Amino acid sequence: MRTCDVVIIGGGPAGLAAAVSAKENGIDDILILERDRELGGILNQCIHNGFGLHTFKEELTGPEYAGRFIEKVKALEVPYKLNTMVLDISNEKIVTAMNKEEGLFQIQAKTVILAMGCRERSRGALNIPGYRPAGVFSAGTAQRLVNMEGYMPGKEVVILGSGDIGLIMARRMTLEGAKVNVVAELMPYSGGLKRNIVQCLDDFDIPLKLSHTVVEIKGKERVEGITLAQVDSNNKPIPGTEEFYSCDTLLLSVGLIPENELSRGMGVEMSPITSGPIVNESLETNIEGVFACGNVLHVHDLVDFVSEEAKAAGKNAAEYVKRNENVGQVTDSGTVCLEEQVIELVPTDGVRYTVPSTIRVAKMAEELTVRFRVGAVYRNAFIGVYFDEERMIHRKRLMMAPGEMEEVKLKKEQLGKYPNLQKITVKVEAE
Amino acid sequence: MEQKNLTCIGCPLGCQLTVELENGEVISVTGNTCKRGDDYARKEVTSPTRIVTSTVKVTGGNVPTVSVKTKSDIPKGKIFDCAKALKEVMVQAPIAIGDVVLENVAGTGVDIVATKGVEASV
Ligand SMILES: Cc1cc2nc3c(=O)[nH]c(=O)nc-3n(C[C@H](O)[C@H](O)[C@H](O)COP(=O)(O)OP(=O)(O)OC[C@H]3O[C@@H](n4cnc5c(N)ncnc54)[C@H](O)[C@@H]3O)c2cc1C
Ligand code: SF4
Repeated sequence: MRTCDVVIIGGGPAGLAAAVSAKENGIDDILILERDRELGGILNQCIHNGFGLHTFKEELTGPEYAGRFIEKVKALEVPYKLNTMVLDISNEKIVTAMNKEEGLFQIQAKTVILAMGCRERSRGALNIPGYRPAGVFSAGTAQRLVNMEGYMPGKEVVILGSGDIGLIMARRMTLEGAKVNVVAELMPYSGGLKRNIVQCLDDFDIPLKLSHTVVEIKGKERVEGITLAQVDSNNKPIPGTEEFYSCDTLLLSVGLIPENELSRGMGVEMSPITSGPIVNESLETNIEGVFACGNVLHVHDLVDFVSEEAKAAGKNAAEYVKRNENVGQVTDSGTVCLEEQVIELVPTDGVRYTVPSTIRVAKMAEELTVRFRVGAVYRNAFIGVYFDEERMIHRKRLMMAPGEMEEVKLKKEQLGKYPNLQKITVKVEAE
Repeated sequence: MEQKNLTCIGCPLGCQLTVELENGEVISVTGNTCKRGDDYARKEVTSPTRIVTSTVKVTGGNVPTVSVKTKSDIPKGKIFDCAKALKEVMVQAPIAIGDVVLENVAGTGVDIVATKGVEASV
């Protein structure tokens, strides 16, 4: 069977950055497998600007940002296969994939980097009663239709969900000549960026109804309109608040979910909170040599952080390959016997999860970025990080919201001073 | 005296800004937490601008459309004129990132450039 040092599943920003980093860390035998007709992932349909402020210090559109990494991959001559769907990965890291030219084929990988991104939650998850008429799309599907196929799904639009994709599609459909009547959001706040609320809704006088949901879809063949109602604090519609909006198109922008069928199939342990793999400081899953990065690991709002995370995953995979090449040559028995210090990261008091979940101090980088999300909107609160019971970080944040990923940095040097440390707690504190 | 209310987009805090104007001149900005809010409000009430992104049709390429943007920001009031002008544009593949697909869009003096490459169909 064909073998390969690093097989990367997915050629979006995560897969591309991981490939570049593995190559720059000395690995030549790399292969990116991408099911789409081109590299770049979801960025190809995100034609708006606002990407790359952190990485390139300029505002790029999605395709331009992807373009920078695609150029790098090409310049470094990293091999990739397009129109190639990965069907299965075994827990022995045998990757089964398929394309037109080669049919079904298998590769024995030394390391696998999971970079499959995420997909949108579907209407099924929403539980809207009534018929299933034509004209109901996920916002991402509509985005692909308008931006890549040049096809407008409708003329009069209502959008359910105020995540960034929904907001961006409100502007996009408006510019293409549609009338967007309203954006309804179940939560009392929008999960989207302020900038998108101002530039995608306010600029075009599109109303945003917070604490509202769709209670009825009218129309049998095609959507004719929807009824919105205000919800109470338990998200139950309040009788008497119903309002009808006519529309031929309903876009759903109700969140993203990591695409982990392959990971589950191979036995990767998953977090019920992120719906992504549970990883250690090296972004390595419970299966040795299998790494994850980008939206497949946890949903990101900024692609810059995807690239940063993927760079670390690529480097760690490269180091894993190099370490295992040396096995047998170096009899490093002393270190093998040493009980490895593993620290658990515990999210609590408003912090929903952390990536990574555990840290092996010996294997961590000099500085490790721990990313997390909070579960509600907090103003004038603090992020607290505790080494066992001792508070080590206390950082004031004017504002934290579920839509914005937070991070803290941990230094290896600092952790090294606590050889008996077992638990690092990350929490939101009032003071 | 005229008053305008805005949301600052500078950071997630999203301060609610109030701008007081007299004869089109900004007299005061309140509600901001930092200097960036002040700068944003002054620009936004006197000469708001935006980068516009869209797509235009492609002939002779392997895809039907190509994504484009205004090379720099244009006055907010010109967004619709810009979108309308782009509907009429048809570009011939191959196209490289940065190629100008329309000059001086809607009289703004700003060019429209491609944000993606498109290969010619074979
Ligand atoms: C609509 C939208 C708007 C956004 N706006 C912004 C923004 O304004 N600014 C910003 O910074 N970020 C934005 N983001 C976030 C950013 O684009 C994403 O975080 C980033 O693209 C995630 O990269 P990824 O590589 O993890 O996933 P993706 O880009 O989704 O790439 C995953 C790739 O894996 C491939 N794949 C999946 N399964 C398989 C398989 N079985 N076999 C082969 N290939 C497979 C897919 O085809 C895809 O190409 C936005 C995201 C979306 C969806
Ligand atoms: S005024 Fe300052 S703190 Fe307030 S939203 Fe703007 S940038 Fe953020």
